Amino acid sequence: MSFKRVVITGMGALTPIGNDVSTFWTNLVAGVSGAAPITHFDAEKFRTRFACEIKGLDINNYIPRQEARKMDPFAQYAVIAADEAMKDAGFDADTLDLDKAGVIWGTGIGGLKTFEEEVMNYATNGNIPRFNPFFIPKMIVDSASGVLSIRYGFRGPNFITVSACASATNAMIDAFNYIKLGMMNVCISGGSEAAITIAGVGGFNALKALSERNDSPETASRPYDKDRDGFVLGEGGAALILEELEHAKARGAKIYAEMTGAGMSSDAYHITAPHPDGLGAHIVMKNAVENAGLQPEDIDYINTHGTSTPIGDPQEIKAIEKYFGEHAYNMGISSTKSMTGHLLGGAGAIEAAACIMAIRDQIVPPTINHFTDDPGINPRLNLTFNKAEKRKINYALSNTFGFGGHNASVIFKKYEG
Amino acid sequence: MSAIEERVKQIIVEKLGVEESEVTPEANFQNDLGADSLDTVELIMEFEKEFNLSIPDDQAENIGTVGQAVAYLEENVK
Repeated sequence: MSFKRVVITGMGALTPIGNDVSTFWTNLVAGVSGAAPITHFDAEKFRTRFACEIKGLDINNYIPRQEARKMDPFAQYAVIAADEAMKDAGFDADTLDLDKAGVIWGTGIGGLKTFEEEVMNYATNGNIPRFNPFFIPKMIVDSASGVLSIRYGFRGPNFITVSACASATNAMIDAFNYIKLGMMNVCISGGSEAAITIAGVGGFNALKALSERNDSPETASRPYDKDRDGFVLGEGGAALILEELEHAKARGAKIYAEMTGAGMSSDAYHITAPHPDGLGAHIVMKNAVENAGLQPEDIDYINTHGTSTPIGDPQEIKAIEKYFGEHAYNMGISSTKSMTGHLLGGAGAIEAAACIMAIRDQIVPPTINHFTDDPGINPRLNLTFNKAEKRKINYALSNTFGFGGHNASVIFKKYEG
Repeated sequence: MSAIEERVKQIIVEKLGVEESEVTPEANFQNDLGADSLDTVELIMEFEKEFNLSIPDDQAENIGTVGQAVAYLEENVK
């Protein structure tokens, strides 16, 4: 049996710098920061009081109020992104085989806000167990993929992948492989997260993972800068329509790019700290490049995990230098988290969308907020500081790494028929 | 319309997203107002919260229409 080829035929995005793909991409290229003081709750007593929130979103413009209130925000974000992607893909409702259409979504945490509200309600109302019947179906991580399958009537494979900040990438890898194997024709994939909540910010603060640059939120996410002090929490997500190539061609679909390879690995080292030599990061890029049948020299752009943490950034850079050798200094590299913040389980989805748009427009979006070189990071690397760069991009690679030591990478290729 | 009936109607309109005119005494939550079993459980909980009482499960099972809810509450709310 020969493997099928997989292409991207639709995209949707809901991000801190734009509530659709077009706005998101325009702002990525322009170097716009999505960080601002937290509005979702009173963060006055928190060490970190800013984040990359979604802006100007009226959920009821997208989802009727009665439906929306039965979804946690992370599932609402999934619906909004998926609606845009489905519209973009332009399927013919009369001919699409719904039994061969699936949903594989990624999220790292799930319905954190719902969980908090229900438990706080219990704790502040005399410990009377009066839980809402929608509490569990709203909170559980798989609710997003369930909601999407019901919304579009997709009866194929349906589940959520959970691997912390690699979740959405793992989702796309599963979707890619199942389409390759002929188990479905079409899949809504991607991921979403909504963890800018009391417990989300408090929990990551306790880990000392977040930037505490409260006097300058918009410059806080500064991957590879000497004075980086942690990541900036983001929220939102993106949806990608993965489709079997012949299926896409038969219906005359617009093809953004081809997905040609995927890699997975584990650090097997520590529950939160990355391997100091970037061992897992090295293995995952190697696996992805080999899976795509490429040589390291074929990769033109890497969208890094690059979260802006003191220990995370250098290990990925070490891995890139070690794996790509001299080619590491020829390619374009950037961390778009400098603009979007870190969407955790949704990160891989918006970064895949960024890679695909980078291929479409032959532009590397920048790593903004570079002020001071880090002596530990080789200046020969082109980290695309502060300004987008026009560049020939045939292949783009997206890295995501998650707490637990999970690493996942995907490769997209300019579609050439 | 009693004060209880008015508050019951408002809860139903709010939770089920239906028009006030649909919320007639005969209207059945599931058959007429689009509720599923979870919506019905939630409605009962909202009544308990709003009227500060506890509705035992065997009683709740008998509350399927707007009129039945109003009647139960008028009898049991102090």
